[in-house]
Amino acid sequence: MNISLLDALSRPAIGRGFRLQWEEVQNAHVLLYPEGMIKLNGSAGEILKRCNGETTIADITADLERAFGAASLSEDVMRFVVMAVDKKWLRICP
Amino acid sequence: MAANLPVNSPIPAPTPKPGPPLWLLLELTYRCPLHCAFCYNPTDFARTTEELDTDDWLRVLREARALGAVQLGLSGGEPLSRDDLEPIVEEAHRLGFYSNLITSGVGLNDARLSALKKAGLDHIQLSFQDSTQQMNDFLSSTRTFDLKSTVAALIKQYDYPMVLNVVLHRLNIDHVEEILEMALRLGADYVELANTQYYGWAWHNREQLLPSREQVQRAERVMQDFRERVGRQMQIYFVVPDYFERRPKPCMNGLGSIFLTVAPDGTALPCHAARMLPGLEFPNVRSAGIKEIWYDSASFNHFRGDAWMKEPCRSCPEKTRDFGGCRCQAYLLTGDAANADPVCDLSPHHHLVTEAVARAERPAAHAPHLGSEEKPLVFRSARNSTTLFPKQQGN
Repeated sequence: MNISLLDALSRPAIGRGFRLQWEEVQNAHVLLYPEGMIKLNGSAGEILKRCNGETTIADITADLERAFGAASLSEDVMRFVVMAVDKKWLRICP
Repeated sequence: MAANLPVNSPIPAPTPKPGPPLWLLLELTYRCPLHCAFCYNPTDFARTTEELDTDDWLRVLREARALGAVQLGLSGGEPLSRDDLEPIVEEAHRLGFYSNLITSGVGLNDARLSALKKAGLDHIQLSFQDSTQQMNDFLSSTRTFDLKSTVAALIKQYDYPMVLNVVLHRLNIDHVEEILEMALRLGADYVELANTQYYGWAWHNREQLLPSREQVQRAERVMQDFRERVGRQMQIYFVVPDYFERRPKPCMNGLGSIFLTVAPDGTALPCHAARMLPGLEFPNVRSAGIKEIWYDSASFNHFRGDAWMKEPCRSCPEKTRDFGGCRCQAYLLTGDAANADPVCDLSPHHHLVTEAVARAERPAAHAPHLGSEEKPLVFRSARNSTTLFPKQQGN
C-alpha cells in the first residue's frame, strides 16, 4: 500500500487478519490479530469502528466531529489513518 | 508442537488483584503424529490418557471468556487429532475469541480446513522443522515435508495469512537462509524463527540441541540480510535463545498475570510447562470453575507479585520488567523454582548456563542421523515416554 495515495476520499477498512471488538472487561476496544492484541485508547477505537470499507475518511471525520461536538479533527484522523495503514491495522479499499 | 505465544500488549505493572487471563491456551491433546525431539510437552505425557470431552472444553471456553479471555490458542500435541476441533472453534467464535490454530498441519485437508473456516477460525500457525525434506523428516521423526508444503498451499487458498513457525536448534540453525527461502517460496506472510526453549523433551535433549554462539550469531546475520532484501513482503521474527542472553525473558509476563493453559487432562496451569514445578497442586477444570482457579487457587497465586522472590531478584530494580525470568527454567537448572532464572548474569547460578553454552562450542554435528559420536536424540513418542519417563520428571 502506497500511503501517498491516501486522501480524504479513501475508504479504510480493518486490515486482513485483524479484528476490532469491544471488550467489556477491559472497558476498551481492542484490535486482535494473530497471537496478539492491542488495547486501543478511546479515540483510536472511535476512528477504527467507523472504518467499514465504505465510508470515506472525510465522512468518518465529519461523523466524529458531530458525535463529539469537536471541530477540525481531519488532521488528527488522517494522521491516525496513515499510521494505522502503515501498521496494517487498516487497508484502503479500492 | 512447540510454539511461542507472545502477547504484544504493554506489560502491566504488578497489582494486588490480578487482571483477567487474556490469553487462553488449550492443549487439546498430547496425541501428535510428529515425534519432535525439541517438543516442550512433558516427557511423561503418555500417562495422560483421560482427555477432556467436548462439553468440558466448551465450558472452559465460556467461563474463560466471561472473565475476559480473548486470545485463544488451540494447541497440543496436534489439535487436529481431536475430531471435535470444529465445534470447539465454532463456540470460540460465537463467544468472541480470536482463535489461533497451532498445528503441524498433519491432518489438515480441504474438508477440515473448509469446516474450520466456516466455524470461524481466525488464524493458523503452521510449523516446519527445517527447509529440507531430509531434515524436516529426521527432526520430527516422520515423513511430513511434502504434506506440509501441500497444507501451506491450502492455507493460502482459504485466504489465511500464512504464518510459519520454525523451531531452531543446533541441527537446523545453519539452514536459516534455506528456511527463509522456503518460506518465501511458500508465500509466507510471517515467519517465526523460534530458538528452542529447553523444557520437556527439549530439556532432555538439550546437549544435542543447544547451538554454539557462533551458530546463533551467524543465523542472526543471515536473518538480518534476508530481512533487508525482502523488505515487508515477509515479516521475520527471531526469538532470541535466552541461554545466550544476560537477562532473562519476562516469562508469561509473570506467572498468573495473563496466561492460562488447560492441559489435555483438564489441569489448569499458569504456563504450559508449569506442571513440573514441585509443591504446587494445580487445579483441574473438571472439579473447579475457571474463575475460582484463576483468582483463588493457591497454585495460581503462588508466583504472583514478588513475595516469593529470593535475592538477587527481590531487591532488583529490574524485577518489575522480567519478574525474575522463568520459574521452570530456574527449577530445572537450580532445583528451586524461586531462584532467579540462571540466564540472568546476576544469578549466582549463571555459570550453569554459561557452562552449557561452553559445552556447545564443540564442532557442530552436521549429519547426526548418519551416525556420530554424540548421544542420540530421544524423540518424543508414547513409547519413549512410557519406557524412559515412567514418573513425572523434574531435574
